[in-house]
Amino acid sequence: MKFIELLRFATGAIVAHPMRSVLTSLGVVIGVAAVVMMTSIGLGAQQRVTSTIAGLGSNLIIVSPGAARGGAMGPGGGLVRGAAGSGQTLTDADAEAIGKQVEGVAAVAPVVRGQAQLTADGANWNSRIEGVTPPYLIARDLEIAQGRMFDDREARQGKKVVVIGPTVATQLWGDDDPIGKRVRVRSVPFEVIGVLAPKGQSSFGQDQDDVLLGPLEAVRSRIVGRRARGDTVQTIYVKAADAEVLDRVQEDTTNLLRETHRIRQGDDDDFSTQNMASILAASQAAIGTFTVLLAAVAGVSLVVGGVGIMNIMLVAVTERTREIGLRMAVGARRSDILIQFALESITLSLVGGLLGLLIGVLGAIAIARIGSWPAAIPVWAGPVALGFSSLVGLVFGAYPSWRAARLDPIEALRRE
Amino acid sequence: MIDIKDLRKVFVMGEEEVAALAGVTLSIARGENVAVIGPSGSGKSSLMNILGGLDRPTSGSYLFDGEDVGSFGDDELASFRRRRIGFVFQSFQLLPRLTALQNVELPMIYAGLEPRERRERAAAMLDRVGLGPRKGHRPTQLSGGQQQRVAIARALANSPDLLLADEPTGALDTQTGLEVLALFKELNAGGLTLILVTHDLDVAAAARRRVSFRDGLIVSDERDAAA
Repeated sequence: MKFIELLRFATGAIVAHPMRSVLTSLGVVIGVAAVVMMTSIGLGAQQRVTSTIAGLGSNLIIVSPGAARGGAMGPGGGLVRGAAGSGQTLTDADAEAIGKQVEGVAAVAPVVRGQAQLTADGANWNSRIEGVTPPYLIARDLEIAQGRMFDDREARQGKKVVVIGPTVATQLWGDDDPIGKRVRVRSVPFEVIGVLAPKGQSSFGQDQDDVLLGPLEAVRSRIVGRRARGDTVQTIYVKAADAEVLDRVQEDTTNLLRETHRIRQGDDDDFSTQNMASILAASQAAIGTFTVLLAAVAGVSLVVGGVGIMNIMLVAVTERTREIGLRMAVGARRSDILIQFALESITLSLVGGLLGLLIGVLGAIAIARIGSWPAAIPVWAGPVALGFSSLVGLVFGAYPSWRAARLDPIEALRRE
Repeated sequence: MIDIKDLRKVFVMGEEEVAALAGVTLSIARGENVAVIGPSGSGKSSLMNILGGLDRPTSGSYLFDGEDVGSFGDDELASFRRRRIGFVFQSFQLLPRLTALQNVELPMIYAGLEPRERRERAAAMLDRVGLGPRKGHRPTQLSGGQQQRVAIARALANSPDLLLADEPTGALDTQTGLEVLALFKELNAGGLTLILVTHDLDVAAAARRRVSFRDGLIVSDERDAAA
C-alpha cells in the first residue's frame, strides 16, 4: 500500500511538468526505438537469407566453374552467382562422373541458363530459360503442377519441349491451359508439356515462377550455347541423400573433380563447391554479428538517454530540496524518499521505453512496407525493451535518489 | 514528558567549533505551553531541531516519555517525528502541487493510513482550524494565515504528543498572527503540549512559560502563575 502511495508521488511529479518529462524520456524513447528497429531489421534479413538459401533446395551442393573467391560473403546467392560463368570448366562428363562415383548422392543436375524473348499466340514475354535434366526437379525441390516433366530420353535427344513456371503461363496464355501450346524461344519453337507448382517470389524479390525449363541439350545448342563449348554447363547441383552425408559428398565431389580435371596437388581448383548448409550458417553468423553491432550502437543511445534522465533527476532533487525536507519532517524515512525518486526515474524511463517500443515497432513495419526490406519484430522485443528501460531508469536514477535520501532535513527545509 | 540533560550541540565550521547548545537542561511536562525566546544564534532553533527529532545532540541526553531519543537511528527518528511530533514552520512549508486536503494527508500517508480514513481525518482537521470550505484550494490560492492554518492541520494529522512551532507568526501580519496564536492557545487548552520558538516577545507573552536562550544556554525560565 505504501508503495502505491510512493508511486503516486512519483507520477504526480512527472505529470506536474509534462513537457519536461517528455523531453527527459526522449533519449530513452529514441534508444529503445532504435534497438527495436535494428534488431527487427537484422532478424528480417536473417529470415530472408534463410528462406532464400532454403529455397534453393535442401542438402544441396552447388558446383560452379572458376575458382572460389574467398569465403562466404553475405547473402547466399551472391557468392554462387559471382563465381558462376567465370569459366567454362564444368562439363556434362563432370556431372555424370559425380553421379556415378560419389556415394550418397540423391540427384545430380547440370544446368545452363539464359535470358530469352518469348512469343506465343501474339503475346510477348521475356524470361529466364534453364537447360536441365530431369533430376533438376529433385535437386531444387520443385514440383510439377500440371502436365509432366520431360524424361531422360527427351533430354538427351534435345527435344524441343519445355516445362514453364506459372508466371510464364499467365503472361503468355492468361487463364488458358498452356499444355500442348507452342512457344517460340528466340524464335525456336518449343512445345509446353508441363507447368511448375508456384514457388512465389524469392526473398530477393525475384519471381521464381518466371522461368522455363528445357532439355539441357536443346537449350544449350539452340538458345544459350552459341558462345560456349558444346558440352559445358554453368552449374552442377548435387543433392546429398541427407544432411549427415552432405559434408562428405562435398569433399568427395571436390576430390573427384580435381582428379578428372587433372589438378596437381597444391594448385587451385578450377571450380568451386558451395555447401548450402555452410553458406547458410556463415551468412547467419555474419548477419547476426551485424545485428548485434547495430543494436549495440543503438544501445549507446539508450545509455545517453539514461544520462539525460540522471541529469534531470539531479535537477529535480535540487529543486525539490525543501519538499524532501518537509517530507522527512512529517515522518518520511530515508528509504521512502529513495524509493519515491527511484520510482520517478524508473517511470520516466519505462514510459519512454513503452513509447520507444511503439515507435520502433511502427518504424519496423513502415520500413518493411516502404522498402523491400523485411522486418521481423522479435517477440522478446517487448519484454526486453521494457526490462532494459526500467533498468536504465533504476541505474541512472540511483545516484540522484541516493542524493535525495541523504539530505539533511534541517538543511533541506532551510533551502530557498 | 520531555527531559533533557546537559544537552550540547557543536557544529564544526572550518577549523572552529561552534557550540549552538552549550549544556542545556530542561524539563517540560505534558500539556505545557512553552515559548522559547532568544535572538538568532542563541541556540533555540538547534534545540527545536533536536526536540523534534530532526537532529541529534552532540552529547547529553534527551528522553521523551522515557525513551532515549538521542540514541535513535534515522528510521526510528522518522517514526518518532511521524507519531509524536507536529511541526509548524515560519514559511508554512506546504507542497505547492497539492491541495490543502492533500497537504494535510501527507503525514498520514507516511503513517500508513488507508486513503478513506486519511481523507476523513484531513477534512476534520481542516474543519477544526476553520478552513473547511477551502479543502480543494492549493497553497497559492490561500492567504498567509490560511496557509499557516493548513500547516497546523497537517501538524495535527497524526495526533502528535508535541506541537513544535518555529516562528509561526513570523511571516504573518499582526492580526493574522494573533488569530494563529489564538488557535494555538485553543489547541493547548485541549491538552496538546506546545513549544513555540520565537524572538518576538509579544508572541512569547501569550505562552504560560517562557524559556530564554542566549549563546546556547538558558538564561531565564519563568512561568505564569497557574491560570
